[in-house]
Amino acid sequence: MKVVIMGCGRVGAQLAALLDADGHSVTVMDNDSYSFRRLPADFGGTALLGNGLDQEILKRAGIEKADVFVAVTQGDNRNVMAAQIAKHIFNVPKVTCRIYDPLRRDLYQTLGIDGISPTTVFAQMLKEKLES
Amino acid sequence: MYIIIVGGGRIGYYLAKALLDEGHEVLVVEKKANVCETITEEMGSICARGDGCEASTLAEIGTSRADMFIAVTGDDEDNLIACQVAKHKFNVPRTIARIRNPANENIFKKLGIDVTVSGTNIILEHIEEEVPTHPLTHLLTIRDKGLEVVEVKIPPESTTVGKPIKELSLPKDNRLALICPKEGNPRIPKANTTLQAEDRVIAVTSPESEEALRATLRGD
Repeated sequence: MKVVIMGCGRVGAQLAALLDADGHSVTVMDNDSYSFRRLPADFGGTALLGNGLDQEILKRAGIEKADVFVAVTQGDNRNVMAAQIAKHIFNVPKVTCRIYDPLRRDLYQTLGIDGISPTTVFAQMLKEKLES
Repeated sequence: MYIIIVGGGRIGYYLAKALLDEGHEVLVVEKKANVCETITEEMGSICARGDGCEASTLAEIGTSRADMFIAVTGDDEDNLIACQVAKHKFNVPRTIARIRNPANENIFKKLGIDVTVSGTNIILEHIEEEVPTHPLTHLLTIRDKGLEVVEVKIPPESTTVGKPIKELSLPKDNRLALICPKEGNPRIPKANTTLQAEDRVIAVTSPESEEALRATLRGD
């Protein structure tokens, strides 16, 4: 499948590498070219420099043909906005994003954005580890 | 009216002042402590420190009873999210977002923001009006009807000079509202009115047909 990832931080780069290794067509975007150093040397996808909230950049990333869009920048609001653009403007079939703030994640869940809150997930994992 | 403003920067500051003068109940939400202090010192305790995108902050300041919610921070995405939280979680009837990137206007509209104000566009339009060769100037947008009021200047070399209006093939649903000649009084155009060089034509058009209107009037 065709995947567009916004944000090439630790999570974005690792996800891009995993999906690329599985044979998917991956484009990863970041507005700082220095972030692309995190991609493995044998990364076969595309690294695109630019702001993922810009529709022209998203088109260049191939969002019109994408099956999946993932937003994992540092900013919750940027992620939520990008996810909404992907879902409602470009009709990408599967859209997800990182939302650190659990309350914001819950609100956007009701508005149709299926995000993940690492805060909730990680706290739960820590709790389980401590209790085991 | 109870009006909440997110962002206490220059726009938020002067907006709060103006709305207070009009007698409204105003509350500014601002992240930075020093900005909050300045506003409190000058305007009284009308500033809450916090993140205007966070539901918990908005609950504390009674957002559910707000009549209007205006987000004027410097970041488009923050303004979008703040307005969406106010609208969907607290049912604020009217949300207004400032946008810096004019391309975001349509996105915000599709995502449910009632009104967007683009500082960039407003400045561009004002400058355009001052450029004498500019072929078409936007005067006004009638948002709920999808119409625009524009001004087109007829160049002296245009093939439309001397032609009666009925002979122009104007785009569908476009209306010429007023003609301001270089000399003399403005007049309401009729079918037999002829266009003269340097006339300024005020017309009602739509974003889709404004290009065709410009071309027809200027004889391009």
